[in-house]
Amino acid sequence: MNGHRRILFLMIFLLALHLFLIFPGFFSPYDFSGQNRHLPFAPPSRLHFLDVAGTFHPRPFVYDWRESMGNPGGAYEEDHTRMYPVRFLKSGSPYSIIWGWRGNLHLFGVDEPGRIFLFGTDDFGRDEFSRMLYGGRISLLAGLLGACIALFVGGLLGIISGFYGKWVDATVMRVLELFLALPWLYLLFAVRAVLPLRIKTTDVFLLLVGVMGLVGWARPARIVRGIVLSVRERNFVLAARAMGASDLHILRRHVVPQTISTMLTMAALLIPQFILAEVTLSFLGLGVGEPIPSWGNLLAELQRYSVLTSYWWMYLPAIALVALFLAYHMTSVALQERTVMVNL
Amino acid sequence: MASDTYARALAVAALAMAGMQAQIRAIPQEYVAAQGEVGRQGGRLVVALRSEPKTLNPILSVDATSREIIGAMNSDLVHINRETQRTEPALAKSWSISADGMKYTLELRHGVKFSDGAPFTADDVVFSFQLYLDEKLHSPQRDLLLLDDKPIEVKKMDAYTLEFDLPKQYAPAERLFDGLEMMPRHLLEQPYHEGKLAQMWGTNSKPGEMVGLGAFRMKEYVPGQRMILERNPNYWKTDGNGNRLPYLAELTFEFVPNEDAQVIKFQSGETQVLERISADNFGLLQKEAKTKGQCLSDLGPGLEFVFLFFNMNRLDPGKAPDVVAKQAWFRDLRFRQAVSLAMDRKGMIRLVYGGRATPIWGNVTPGNRLWLNANLPHPEGSLDDARKLLQSAGFSWDSSGALLDAQKRPVAFTVLVSSSSAQRSKLATIAQDDLRQLGMDVQVVPMEFRALVDRVLNTKDYEAVLMNLVNGDVDPTPEMNLWLSSGETHLWDLGETKPATAWEAELDHLMEAQMTTAEYTARKKLYDRVQEIVAQNLPFIFLVSPNILVGAQSTVGNFRPEILEPYGLWNADQLFIRASGAARCP
Repeated sequence: MNGHRRILFLMIFLLALHLFLIFPGFFSPYDFSGQNRHLPFAPPSRLHFLDVAGTFHPRPFVYDWRESMGNPGGAYEEDHTRMYPVRFLKSGSPYSIIWGWRGNLHLFGVDEPGRIFLFGTDDFGRDEFSRMLYGGRISLLAGLLGACIALFVGGLLGIISGFYGKWVDATVMRVLELFLALPWLYLLFAVRAVLPLRIKTTDVFLLLVGVMGLVGWARPARIVRGIVLSVRERNFVLAARAMGASDLHILRRHVVPQTISTMLTMAALLIPQFILAEVTLSFLGLGVGEPIPSWGNLLAELQRYSVLTSYWWMYLPAIALVALFLAYHMTSVALQERTVMVNL
Repeated sequence: MASDTYARALAVAALAMAGMQAQIRAIPQEYVAAQGEVGRQGGRLVVALRSEPKTLNPILSVDATSREIIGAMNSDLVHINRETQRTEPALAKSWSISADGMKYTLELRHGVKFSDGAPFTADDVVFSFQLYLDEKLHSPQRDLLLLDDKPIEVKKMDAYTLEFDLPKQYAPAERLFDGLEMMPRHLLEQPYHEGKLAQMWGTNSKPGEMVGLGAFRMKEYVPGQRMILERNPNYWKTDGNGNRLPYLAELTFEFVPNEDAQVIKFQSGETQVLERISADNFGLLQKEAKTKGQCLSDLGPGLEFVFLFFNMNRLDPGKAPDVVAKQAWFRDLRFRQAVSLAMDRKGMIRLVYGGRATPIWGNVTPGNRLWLNANLPHPEGSLDDARKLLQSAGFSWDSSGALLDAQKRPVAFTVLVSSSSAQRSKLATIAQDDLRQLGMDVQVVPMEFRALVDRVLNTKDYEAVLMNLVNGDVDPTPEMNLWLSSGETHLWDLGETKPATAWEAELDHLMEAQMTTAEYTARKKLYDRVQEIVAQNLPFIFLVSPNILVGAQSTVGNFRPEILEPYGLWNADQLFIRASGAARCP
């Protein structure tokens, strides 16, 4: 695959993944907080085409889980008394799509009282698949927004500091060093302690994003400043200046375009980094709280030895995370290669 | 109760002496014979502890780890038998109580020696109590020995007889002696007078400097890793055949800070006894227990109770207007009853404890065999009944199902929970979901434990808290602080100058009365009424009591864990390692 087509392919893959995660209500069969108290840590439902009698059904179906006899509290077995065919575009529990728009159409589901758990359930019997999609929305949005803030602030300050130099440069760089040196984790603990006990989830989320953006702007600023510093002295910039072009014109026409490809690469690196930051914060209990999922608090379950060794489906959010990061990483590598080619 | 125990204590002492007749030449001392299987000498037992001891000085120890190790190296005058939950003679072979219940006369065993060979006499007892009562040493046990701010007085009658004068009647006085370790006067008197006692017996002391009356003595301490105790050759107990206890040559405490790591060590056979297992890990261990030769026991509910409570402190409306506005709900008994009815205790036990916990509706758990009021009602959880109660209290619901109070404000509050406990966080999540069924918007706020305690006890800036309490003893008297309206841990409404409600006034009266009543059945009657009032008025909404889960390798003999701390090692002097091939579970 040549570079261009690879980038296109990766972009489409990422876009699809994001769409999937940005509309979790539609793609998931259940609400993220719906508990099934009789089914904690139930394994993923098995999709069948053949029933117990061996008859073939063109429409896949699942059986419900029930506690296996003689081993209460432990293992589950399939209850073969009733089969639940998988139905597509099924109406179920209501969810909000975006800003008050509500829907209740789900891509798939099974008839009540049956349950379909593609990725099994967690310790409250909540559908892990639905939680992973909803959790992905929070983690991804936090990553994207955080990266946008960091790139915008970092890019702007980097360009100004590199272009004007002198005391402006010195001031921005000193502030930047301060930001790099602060022990962020402790600062965050302190910030959480000061805030009121009851904060809305959206506020926690914005706080997370804001904090990540604030922490993250320093590195992009430094790199952009380096590029601007070298571009500033290039002959075409000097020529433009000699012809009487204004600062704004030079910035817009000659300097900023030179930083774009670096910024894109940085974005591809920063987004997974910020998703990971959200994961870390939620893992430490500073992120969004129960019952709202994020990939961080889904993975936090794995801190427990018994979960780690007994329920393999609890690893699935980690696999989703790896796939997403790999896609971002490959995009960033492909973008970098292209930058090198263009510059040659 | 006191007279009953006294009779029993005498009987045990008599038995012990009868058993001694045959052995009298071999060991010319008054040993007490422990009941249990006769084991074999030698061997080494390894136990993992969650943290390192802060000190080995019995006068200063507060934390459970220190107390557990100190317990293995020291002895008390009167001991609470972990199996019967009653007192039994230890270094004191018998005691009698004066008719007014204010004077205790204790008779010490003759010929008992410290681990360095020095004799133990009444002087050591007088000295030990001097230390415990010294204000400058700040012993945590001091508070227990003060009644009405007046200390218990100790008088030496002769070398083996002592008299204790109580400033007022105190029914469970003999239980106070449990855990009050006797100290060697010959070693500590000089440092005490030089004001150096607080520095003695820290974790940096040399093994030879520490002398006690316990089954074991210090051999080696490797900071951060382990503490090795060895057999005390002068210990004052024997087994049924007259062999001197303890059986074990060495008792090693390994410091493993994380429960999961402890479980892995136990699984691999590196440690022989595992205490305080969470239900998850217990289930995990059970899968392979048979093939690996491990005995796991579910001892049933211990003395811990987990509960939810609301802030009913009288607060300054200017400082905390939000909380004050919500207190109208919290103070309404019907609101609290509705919350209690909405709690799915069975679900909690199943999801959080894998079935290994017991639902409770009062402060005394079924583990407390002597004091449980078995007649308390156990109202079945019912959302319909809860809704009816809320309706009768003026609450209503809006079109989306959210609960509104009489002023049409939505019912929303936060529940604080310690972030260090995964189990209580999960309980809070379930409670949150249960209350959502009633239309309450509850937010769970995990918080560092000390910050949480600070809010509850000092700033009083909270709405509701889900927490646990563990009773140190089965006796009701240590709960005085909780139920007296002036008590220091009267959590829901601290610092009441006079009881805020009629039922709190009755609690005050009942708790005072039970403390000065000597007879067990009369005390039980009073305390039953306390449990009844608490269950009716719900200052706490009781949820569950986790079962005590312990395990030991099947090679450990005489392992008879009990629900009182230390769960598995209370009879460390009797534990022994079985010959290979003889391993089995009790």
